[in-house]
Amino acid sequence: MTNPMRIRADVRDGVADVRMQVPHPMESGQRKDDKGAIIPAHFITRLEVHHGERLVFGADFGPSVSANPFLRFRFKGAAAGDRLVARWVDSRGDSRSDEAVIAGAPA
Amino acid sequence: MDQKRRQLLHAVGGLGVLGLLATAGLISPAQAQAAAARPGFDARELNAALAALGAQEASASAELSLAAPDIAEVANAVSVEVKSRLPGTDRIAILVEKNPFPLAAVFSIPEGTQPEVITRLKMAQSADVVALVRANGRFHIARKAVIVTISGCG
Repeated sequence: MTNPMRIRADVRDGVADVRMQVPHPMESGQRKDDKGAIIPAHFITRLEVHHGERLVFGADFGPSVSANPFLRFRFKGAAAGDRLVARWVDSRGDSRSDEAVIAGAPA
Repeated sequence: MDQKRRQLLHAVGGLGVLGLLATAGLISPAQAQAAAARPGFDARELNAALAALGAQEASASAELSLAAPDIAEVANAVSVEVKSRLPGTDRIAILVEKNPFPLAAVFSIPEGTQPEVITRLKMAQSADVVALVRANGRFHIARKAVIVTISGCG
């Protein structure tokens, strides 16, 4: 089981500013445990963010992305109250989807 | 050669070496397909990754900026920001030259999304971080040396 993504998004003049943190170990397959055995690679391979039906951000990851990946991006055409849906798939075929509501402009 | 076999060979042919491995039963066709759909991620050297992305001819551009720290004290989370001012930017890739698999991430930038991204990467050792941008079908590249004091991949 993985924890929900933390997604924060606010909109100013129609442009949404999205910051997200994705709980995931992002094991590179290079590390060893304390007995010297290699910890198998286990990382997110694909992440997508949709605004309604529209894909607004797509990412393919290798094992060099940090644990609990952080992302920040911006897209046009958003309004306060709109929903974002983020989904990832990892190298074991596990997946997770989470939603967020876009907030109004920060003070 | 019967029709079925011909179709199989045709399907496998498009996958190159991975297809051959799949035919030989060394990896499953699904694995071959998955790897083929992610060009560059299996490359072990920067130039091989750039070639797999079709970016051997990438040129430097003042319209592409790459921000990363001069010295990374926390090498398992090095903040990297890539920003393109090139019209028609639809893809941004970030690579770390001396990591075991240099290609870290490929971002697709649909119409309406700003051609900029911030993320955090692991660095095995001091190396160049490389930003690659595709704009109107042409590749542009920027590099920034980052000194690592404690490895983030060990």
